[in-house]
Amino acid sequence: MKIKLVKYIVVIFFLFVISVFFIGLKKDSIYNTQGLVGQKLTEIRIDHFSEKKIINDEDLKKSKFTLINFWASWCGPCREEHSFLIKLNEEKNLRLIGVNFKDKKNNALKFLNELGNPYDDLAKDELGKHSIGFGIYGIPESILINNNLIIIKKFVGPLNENDLNLIKETINSK
Amino acid sequence: MLSNLGNIILFLNALITLSIIYISIQKIKIKDQVVSKNIYQLSLFQSTLIISSFFILVIGFVTSDFSMITVYQNSHTLKPLIYKISGTWGNHEGSLLLWLIILSLFSFLFLVYNKSRPGNFRIYTLIVQNILILGFLFFLLFNSNPFSAISPIPKEGLGLNPILQDPALAIHPPLLYLGFVGSSIYFSAAIASMLANYPGKLFAQSIKNWVLISWWFQTVGILAGSIWAYYELGWGGFWFWDPVENASLLPWFAMTALFHSLLVLEKRNLFYFWVIILCILTFILCVTGTFLVRSGILNSVHTFASDPSRGIYILFFLSFLILSSVFILFKKFQTGNYKINTNSKETYILVNNWFMIFYLITVLLGTIYPIFTEVLTNHKVSVGPPFYNTVIIPIVVLFLIFMSLGPRTKWIKDRFQDFFLLIKLLTGSILVNFFIVIFFKSYSLLSNLIIISSLFLIFSSLLDLISSLKRTNTDFSRVISHLSFGFLILFIGLNHNFSFEKDFNLKVGEKKKIDDYTVEFEDLKLENFKNYKAVVGNFKIDNNKKKLNLSLNPEIRIYQQPSTLTYEASIRTGILKDYYLTMSNIDRSDYYNIKFQKKPFMLWIWVSVILISAGGLVRLFKNENKIS
Repeated sequence: MKIKLVKYIVVIFFLFVISVFFIGLKKDSIYNTQGLVGQKLTEIRIDHFSEKKIINDEDLKKSKFTLINFWASWCGPCREEHSFLIKLNEEKNLRLIGVNFKDKKNNALKFLNELGNPYDDLAKDELGKHSIGFGIYGIPESILINNNLIIIKKFVGPLNENDLNLIKETINSK
Repeated sequence: MLSNLGNIILFLNALITLSIIYISIQKIKIKDQVVSKNIYQLSLFQSTLIISSFFILVIGFVTSDFSMITVYQNSHTLKPLIYKISGTWGNHEGSLLLWLIILSLFSFLFLVYNKSRPGNFRIYTLIVQNILILGFLFFLLFNSNPFSAISPIPKEGLGLNPILQDPALAIHPPLLYLGFVGSSIYFSAAIASMLANYPGKLFAQSIKNWVLISWWFQTVGILAGSIWAYYELGWGGFWFWDPVENASLLPWFAMTALFHSLLVLEKRNLFYFWVIILCILTFILCVTGTFLVRSGILNSVHTFASDPSRGIYILFFLSFLILSSVFILFKKFQTGNYKINTNSKETYILVNNWFMIFYLITVLLGTIYPIFTEVLTNHKVSVGPPFYNTVIIPIVVLFLIFMSLGPRTKWIKDRFQDFFLLIKLLTGSILVNFFIVIFFKSYSLLSNLIIISSLFLIFSSLLDLISSLKRTNTDFSRVISHLSFGFLILFIGLNHNFSFEKDFNLKVGEKKKIDDYTVEFEDLKLENFKNYKAVVGNFKIDNNKKKLNLSLNPEIRIYQQPSTLTYEASIRTGILKDYYLTMSNIDRSDYYNIKFQKKPFMLWIWVSVILISAGGLVRLFKNENKIS
């Protein structure tokens, strides 16, 4: 009796695994965060870079548009997109938050001293864990949200001229 | 032309395989125990044909015959000859043909090398093996045909992915396939052993060399892959717990467990069904690995072109293998006598098996967990190195200690004789570890434990070696493999703890100081090669304290076919450490991103693995000598 039960369990186990594999075949396995556009961010908590405070949902609701940019001093392409961020800093409708990703404080400050600080607020994510909540899987990445915390646009990789114009259009259209 | 010839040969092969199965079943029916001459001939013919079809494909690649889709998609006229040849198995279709060669060749060789064994066991093995051959042959013919024609014939091919154009990678797949597919023969033999009632000691003797052969190739294949990853991928590591790497590691655990258990089955006639389960498990894991890798169900750094229809076919075949072998196993299963003394070699070998199964389950879970979460909860997760490191590393400490104790015990029953000796060894290991701490500065508690336990294994294996030199029946293979395994873990531990890595941006003419090192970016040259252009950086590394002065030349290669950028690391391999430098361009900037690494004992990690595998070879030759 006992052996019979074991036999059933083994067979059912294998059938279960096989059917999961079967369904899995039909799913798209490529990780893609573009689907996040249109979704709402919730329960945001990111540490402020230098002060002991936390940036949360309420903070982000204050401005009409916010661009959250994930960057690090060790990231080459971040250097490249920096000039565009500085241009965006002039926009009145846009609040720029930089999230310093898995970086050392000194290096980050050196980077900003050298190239200028475009951010209205600077946050940090030393372990890279909070960024996951934003669907970040590599840097640089930027997400544009509105005051309802809805993700309007997502930019994977360094921002370029086109992205810059797109952001300007979006924030000035309404 | 070649395409037609290839297709005809494959069809002919299917017919031969069917007739081998038919003739063999007839023999079983009339209880004819003799393996007749026509079976030998057919098997030989089968192997010859499949090898010749492989050569036809090789000719297709060498002569750049783009009338075949496989050649068109994976080759290019400008490719160096060696990579044209290795391109044959560097793709899905060609590699399946390699699978078939190994399946057929092993089938024939097993038949020839087991002449002294009962006919029905050999015939059953042949039937099962030929069912496997037929399954893969159908897959090849109807889904992944390497000889599919294309018309109109393209003038030029698409080229082979440049990162695959590498000597280590040219030999990596064939080695791994020999391991993977080599396990098919003891899968077939295990099923045959149950069907033909050929259990125990004799069965163990019939498969032990085949297990060693496949284990050896698996080990060396994994090594070649790791070396390739280290040289080519440019992040300085050699193992990333990537699903494809895991797929090669899973059968390795099962094989390692298997040949340890086989020792017990051969010596003491115990664990028969456990050995059978391990035989089946090994091959099933190989097919599962193939499924995971080739179906595209997992997202991995290995970019195999994936096609869901392939996945469905392999999954179908896999289910057939699992369910039929489980069915036969249940039908024949008997609870055996497992009464063994706690302090005996048998127990320690069983302990080894439990560890192997633990590793196997951990890695298997980590690998397929993302599929389950996605299917069941629609969440995408990724299981990375932190999971494996936290689960596996602490257990390695225990494993190493058992591995040191095990070989010292005797069969059947042992007494704790040299307890004090072990204490001495342990004290010695702790002392050496203490010196390492002083020399290299501190590291974590877990690393201390890993290094102490690996030293413990090294010392006890050395003692084992000395004492066994005095006896006549020395078991060098075990001593070599266990000793080298100790060294492997020790070097990986030291490497992990004392590597350093610095990332920074430099432009030509600039210098960067890191600790005692100065990295100077001297100049940049553009060079032209046959199938690529390269931007070669010239870096000078200085260390005044150590009087070190070397130049490293990392490259950024621009391949035309297909047009791709690759980053070539520049590595200076030394006896004690490697210096590793990569550079990558930053768009629209004069700066280059530089990664400079110092990696101690890299060479010794490779050497340890080679020695581990050498232990297996020693055993194989010893077994062969015993027979003759």
